[in-house]
Amino acid sequence: MGQRTPYYDTHVEAGARIVDFGGWDMPVHYGSQMEEHHAVRGDAGMFDVSHMTVVDLEGDRVREFLSHLLANDVAKLKVPGKALYSCMLNERGGVIDDLITYYMSETFFRMVVNASTREKDLAWIRSQAKAFEVTVTEQSETAMLAVQGPNAREKAASLLSREGRETAMGLKPFSAAMIDNWFVARTGYTGEDGFEIVMPLDGAVSVWDRFVEAGIRPCGLGARDTLRLEAGMNLYGTDMDETTTPLESGLAWTVVMKDDGRDFIGRAALQAQLDAGVPRKLVGLVLVDRGVLRGHQRIVVDGVGEGEVTSGTFSPTLSGSIAFARVPAGTGDTCQVDIRGRLLNAKVVQPPFARNGKACIEI
Amino acid sequence: MSNVPGDLKYSKDHEWIRVEEDGTCTIGVTDHAQAALGDLVFVELPEVGSTLAEGDACAVVESVKAASDVYSPLTGEVTAVNDGLTDAPELVNTDAYGEGWIYRMSLDSDGELEELMSAEEYLALLEDEA
Repeated sequence: MGQRTPYYDTHVEAGARIVDFGGWDMPVHYGSQMEEHHAVRGDAGMFDVSHMTVVDLEGDRVREFLSHLLANDVAKLKVPGKALYSCMLNERGGVIDDLITYYMSETFFRMVVNASTREKDLAWIRSQAKAFEVTVTEQSETAMLAVQGPNAREKAASLLSREGRETAMGLKPFSAAMIDNWFVARTGYTGEDGFEIVMPLDGAVSVWDRFVEAGIRPCGLGARDTLRLEAGMNLYGTDMDETTTPLESGLAWTVVMKDDGRDFIGRAALQAQLDAGVPRKLVGLVLVDRGVLRGHQRIVVDGVGEGEVTSGTFSPTLSGSIAFARVPAGTGDTCQVDIRGRLLNAKVVQPPFARNGKACIEI
Repeated sequence: MSNVPGDLKYSKDHEWIRVEEDGTCTIGVTDHAQAALGDLVFVELPEVGSTLAEGDACAVVESVKAASDVYSPLTGEVTAVNDGLTDAPELVNTDAYGEGWIYRMSLDSDGELEELMSAEEYLALLEDEA
């Protein structure tokens, strides 16, 4: 038996197929992954993400600390509640984790990090925080739900007080606020509008039930994976890890290397890689021939070299197969993929594949 | 509870086998297997005329989340494949024992049929695995 979230029994009662996900017993789907995927693109779905780790950072020097810890620049966080997506790197420029940081006040920032990396993240953050006298506290007595889809905010906000509802609906994208005892963030991992909500354990199960009554469909990790891939969002441990830098993971846009001397961990290694030339890049693929792209399939780029699919799936929105692949920097707009010994043709594209209910790429 | 028709034979790899009047065998995956796989999006069929040994990986069924091999439960030659699955792989989900059949083969010897499971034995296997 793995670790269980407060919603485990609720998932089982709802008919979920439970799988092991990094040591957690989590729902992969509740009957049809495809229907759950479409519910999020077209209406409203919710995901139990209580396995994710909420870490609170407090201290007078917390901004200075995060400026050192993260490859993205917390100087961008000017308004309380604003969120920032960033990689946390080791000295070699490898990605320890990707995470979201919320600016609550000058002495309090909140981070949400991956479940699969919880222990190493906490150890790393604590070891780095000492020099800045920043207190690191994991919030383990909470549940977390992601409600996603074009109608998700409206439906979720219907549970709030009148005042809370106005605040929630007024949240700008990538912003958060404490509302009626919930931490509500207008963020997500699907390419759709929605909220990610951290709430007290007490009453968390009844919130789920009331969301169902409000017309929000329970969705499993299966749909979460196809939605995030369509949306062009990386999955830690699959698309990048400690052996890859953000520059070769399609995440250069999250790294701030302005000429201001900001000394973040991994900067020297990234600079060295830039100076030498980044050898590989993460690209999007669309399969032209029939089949399904999957992680670890070999990529052949004629006259250039070889690469590998990092994440691949059938895309319910595009009705075809899509993937991320790490390929040589010189790869052009086509490649071939070795699927069970046959070389099939694929197009190289710029993700996202689908967002806001619509395909962004023609197949 | 999975649908397990009494008039079919079954393999431990969750295939069903129907012996046709002409002695050929039609093969597909069971209702339990399709439910475990989830929504199918692609089926790679064997080639008509190819010869298969019992246990050979001969087809691939792919759901949104994963690819799974189909192992031939019998030895013989492929005489027909269900081309309808090329455009409608979801037939395996919606009609596993009918329109969702995968291929048909003529057997080298009928002896292997004796080693397949009855519906009762297959139900017992499902209970053991649960």
